[in-house]
Amino acid sequence: MTVAIHIEHLTRRFNGLVAVDNISFDIEHGEIFGLLGPNGAGKTTTLSMLSTMLKPTSGSATVNGIDIERDEDGVRKSIGIVFQDQSLDEELTAWENMDFHGRLYRIPAEIRKQRITELLRLVELEERQQDIVKTFSGGMRRRLEIARGLLHHPLVLFLDEPTLGLDPQTRNHLWQYIATLAREKGITIILTTHYMEEADRLCNRVAIIDHGKIIALDTPKNLKDGIGGDVVTIRSPDLAAVAATLAGPWINRVEQHNGEVIVSLQNAEQHISTIVTMLNTHQIPIESVAIHKPTLEDVFLSFTGKTIREEEADGKTNMRMYQRMVRH
Amino acid sequence: MDIVYTIWLRNMKRYIRSKSRIIGSIAMPLFFLLFLGVGLNSVVQLPGLGENYVVFLIPGMVAMSVLFTSVFSGIQIIWDKQFGFLKETLVAPVSRLEIMSGQTLGGATTAVLQGSLILVLSMFVGFPLSNPAGFLIALAFMVLIGISFTAFGIAIASRMEDMTGFQLIMNFVVFPIFGLSGALFPISSLPAWLIPLTLLDPLTYGVEGIRYGLTGVSQINPLVCGAVIGGFTLVMTVLGAFLFRKIRI
Repeated sequence: MTVAIHIEHLTRRFNGLVAVDNISFDIEHGEIFGLLGPNGAGKTTTLSMLSTMLKPTSGSATVNGIDIERDEDGVRKSIGIVFQDQSLDEELTAWENMDFHGRLYRIPAEIRKQRITELLRLVELEERQQDIVKTFSGGMRRRLEIARGLLHHPLVLFLDEPTLGLDPQTRNHLWQYIATLAREKGITIILTTHYMEEADRLCNRVAIIDHGKIIALDTPKNLKDGIGGDVVTIRSPDLAAVAATLAGPWINRVEQHNGEVIVSLQNAEQHISTIVTMLNTHQIPIESVAIHKPTLEDVFLSFTGKTIREEEADGKTNMRMYQRMVRH
Repeated sequence: MDIVYTIWLRNMKRYIRSKSRIIGSIAMPLFFLLFLGVGLNSVVQLPGLGENYVVFLIPGMVAMSVLFTSVFSGIQIIWDKQFGFLKETLVAPVSRLEIMSGQTLGGATTAVLQGSLILVLSMFVGFPLSNPAGFLIALAFMVLIGISFTAFGIAIASRMEDMTGFQLIMNFVVFPIFGLSGALFPISSLPAWLIPLTLLDPLTYGVEGIRYGLTGVSQINPLVCGAVIGGFTLVMTVLGAFLFRKIRI
């Protein structure tokens, strides 16, 4: 079994709004797979369908070879989930939260005890195991939830925005845990995120999702290489003039976003002086010029024509709309 | 059964830890007992029901504390919904019926414990608890009230988005159920137009059942009480299970 998850034409509508739009792809066994996209792009809806919490409108999927519609319990037994929002019982201790989970998944008492000890050690919470979760920090809660998600030895672990709302240091720490887990336990990890850096650092492959559609799917390296060359960002009081002036066979693309002109081109180091000269000749003021290697943010931009932040500003109204729909 | 036990166990752990909740929900029936009972004891005449108003009131207060605790326990799943814990339970490979049953039994257990606490405390204000068989009858009625109204709370919670409606339910549904039940006054002393309403209130049969067990006197035949509250328990459990099955998070 090399395919952990197989998705075919999966679609989910909420009263006419298409949250997930006819997506198809496979996730290999043992890989860390990222679903990257702005809020409201359909990441969580996809995860909800794969974890049998939500029925697809059409299409199909299998998780560990089990059909998500035909055998819900079979799927549920073989997956672990860490939800976007916290789902711990704050009045119980770390141990009790784990124990509750172990009993729900019918793990025999002896094995349960042994695994809880082992997992709490793995996420460095063994010293706090008898403390009420209410006293835990955000990072500790996340670690506990990850440990809990692994208790019944799932073959696939879903992490929905695992580092949302955590400080950068904790986030880094958590990335290391996730990477270690995938390596040591050999499980497949599917994570959703809207942090480009997270997807880049952690994932073997990334699917970029926007408006419910998969717009690109590859390794982070291939995605970035696909952009072709480097990225130069220019800040200026007159962005329109900058964009209009820069032209030439060596320039792949020029776009304006968030108060910057973004130019993609090959061998930026050689062309930077040309760019500056061109702008000077036309007497266009420059505030700053920066060269960087393409990031997933640039990939997203090249596919959607928008940065992820611009998408999120748009997406917020949509999000609110279908959160309301989901409830009713 | 193991899953039902797991959910029940969680409820017990939470109950034992919530000292303020235990004390808080004892306080109201206890104050009723002291202020109403002791205050009205010398004024109120209860023809044919013994002379003592406090003794009349105690079964009502036991029923009251069972009622409020159980409705509250049922409605508590809204918190689980809001704080996300319900997701953890719902995504596990267990049936909704098992979760609902565990929650109902957990709520009923805490409710019966609260009711028993009132009963024990009432012995200090002079309640003669002498008949063990009668006590068991009262306990059975407490269990039925506990189960039915926890299920009732779960049914309501399954249809509610958040806690904003909680006060409304408490004031317009639960309090009238309590007020009409004859926990505070004998049904026979009511004006004729009010009696049918009282007889429509399922809690009336619970209160009368407990009263029969504890004092040996009741205005409604205890067998009728048992049948009505038993039937009500069945209906509420089915309704609660049905609505909980459709819960969306």
